[in-house]
Amino acid sequence: MKHVVPPDERGLDYLEIRGLTVEFDGFRAVDGVDLTLLQGRLHFLIGPNGAGKTTLVDAVTGLVPGSGLARYRGRELLGLRSHKVVQAGVGRTFQTATVFEELTVLQNLDIAGGVHRSAWGMLRARRGVPEYVESALETIGLSDLRDRPAGVLAHGQKQWLEIGMLLVQDSKVMLLDEPVAGMSAEERTETGELLRRIGAERTIVVIEHDMEFVRTFADVVTVLHAGKVLTEGTVAEIQADPRVQEVYLGRTAEGADHA
Amino acid sequence: MSPRSAHLLRSSLPLLGIALIAVLLLVVAPSVLTPFRLNNLGKYCCYAIAAVGIGIAWGRGGMLVLGQGLFFGIGAYAMGMHLKLEAAAATGGVPDFMLNFGDGSLPVWWEPFRSGGFTIAAIIVLPAVVATALGAAVFKRRIKGAYFAILSQALTVAFAALLVSQIKYTGGQTGLNSLSSFFGYNLYDPVNKQMIYSITAGVLVAMLLLTWQLYRSRFGELLVAVRDGEERVRFLGHDPANIKLLAFVIAAVMASIGGALFVPLAGLINPREVNALASIMLIAGVALGGRAALLGPALGALAVGYGRTTLSEAFPDQWTYFLGLLFVVVILFLPAGLASALSRWGRAIADRVRSRPPSSRHRASSGVTEEVAA
Repeated sequence: MKHVVPPDERGLDYLEIRGLTVEFDGFRAVDGVDLTLLQGRLHFLIGPNGAGKTTLVDAVTGLVPGSGLARYRGRELLGLRSHKVVQAGVGRTFQTATVFEELTVLQNLDIAGGVHRSAWGMLRARRGVPEYVESALETIGLSDLRDRPAGVLAHGQKQWLEIGMLLVQDSKVMLLDEPVAGMSAEERTETGELLRRIGAERTIVVIEHDMEFVRTFADVVTVLHAGKVLTEGTVAEIQADPRVQEVYLGRTAEGADHA
Repeated sequence: MSPRSAHLLRSSLPLLGIALIAVLLLVVAPSVLTPFRLNNLGKYCCYAIAAVGIGIAWGRGGMLVLGQGLFFGIGAYAMGMHLKLEAAAATGGVPDFMLNFGDGSLPVWWEPFRSGGFTIAAIIVLPAVVATALGAAVFKRRIKGAYFAILSQALTVAFAALLVSQIKYTGGQTGLNSLSSFFGYNLYDPVNKQMIYSITAGVLVAMLLLTWQLYRSRFGELLVAVRDGEERVRFLGHDPANIKLLAFVIAAVMASIGGALFVPLAGLINPREVNALASIMLIAGVALGGRAALLGPALGALAVGYGRTTLSEAFPDQWTYFLGLLFVVVILFLPAGLASALSRWGRAIADRVRSRPPSSRHRASSGVTEEVAA
């Protein structure tokens, strides 16, 4: 595995995963995974279906129980309930966009801002638009659609809204599960550029099947196979690795087709 | 009319609706209804107060609270105990049924209900405590949907059974009757009856205003979010259990207040008023009116209350069939309740007002784009 410079020496934020294991009835979906996810790099997780990518994210965000370590800013995330993981600064999206369809774009973003509010503030009506909501609207490019119900947004716009919600809730670590699945080529490029814009001061992890997207935007790629880390490196290093070609690239065409 | 003022009209429609209800209940009704009918209307207002709470918990929060009779009953019996003690004050301070069925002494836990202040506090605090304990146990364990509905219904059945069985303490099947005085006011005096009606109608209007504020607050938005995507809300950093719990407690307290006001209007309280059937009638009113709408639950409860009385007077044996038929029709053709028809109608008027052209340019633009621009 490629050696990673210890993050504290560079003064950067990071999420550290050590020996993460998730078992379902004796089957190890994630098997002793070590990962160091650094601020400022677009870190991609790839691997064939069933490699354990989503399960890994599920374990870190409290959806399934896992053993091992997942530490962020000195805080152990494993064992925390999902909303506590979010409060610790780690947010995620899902494969299928799950925005609140009956609420407007603005309301969707606004309710993600609970971290900024007191209990009393929750019982008051929204007056004006908070600055952090305004800037998130601008970042994701949905300012003009702010009063539309989220249900009428195009597929890609919903994923951007999800990312906007992570911005509003001030997630320093963003775990994105196939954010560009089902997007047009143009939307994919826009999404990648959006991730580049917000990525400098955050730790962003993207699960992705689309190799073209990975090649264009990945700084670091980790390949998972059968619950284990197969290898980690730059796109070029990954593509040159014969093991990756053997277990993964052979199936990519198939994976990309139905993605 | 400019788009902005049309927008203002639409956003103030709920307040106009509440004002209209306030005028009808507090000014028009007392001047046109006989004291008997007014008193009946007061009882429907009590159901409506409970229904407003159900609208919050079920309509906005997605919790099918099938057993609000439990909380209606807690408030009603707390009030009933106080009034029973008031009525018994003249005859030695021990309620008649305790002399007949018990050992003639007052149980210790009845004693504090001599105090009016304690009783009012109990009407608010007791349901809140019960709902918090129940809600914490249920929502933290992620019990929802039909399981939650069955649980809440079962508790109401148990509560009614308990009331019937503990005749020494509760008056059993007969309940607490012969209530003659309300905080010192004689209940046989029509003037006092009208005052209690006015208090009840006023409380209903106050609850509607409170709910209006709740629905426009961030909590209201979050509650809808929990209804539509509970697990997603968890990933906004909120524990949905806490949000549901608060809505459930508010609904419980509202039901309790409705129950408490019901007692002086009816002059009695017994297990039939708080049992499973009574709970279902409450839910039915909410469904009929429109559970997620602001005014729907209250109007639905008033309508069901009125319908029950009128139909049962005209068709003593068949009225339940008519009511059943009405529900079938509403659920088939207006699944979001009668309020959805009203608000569609109101919106159509607002749109017509807006599209009446001050200049030809406005005629061309569609409603949606104007809304975005406004």
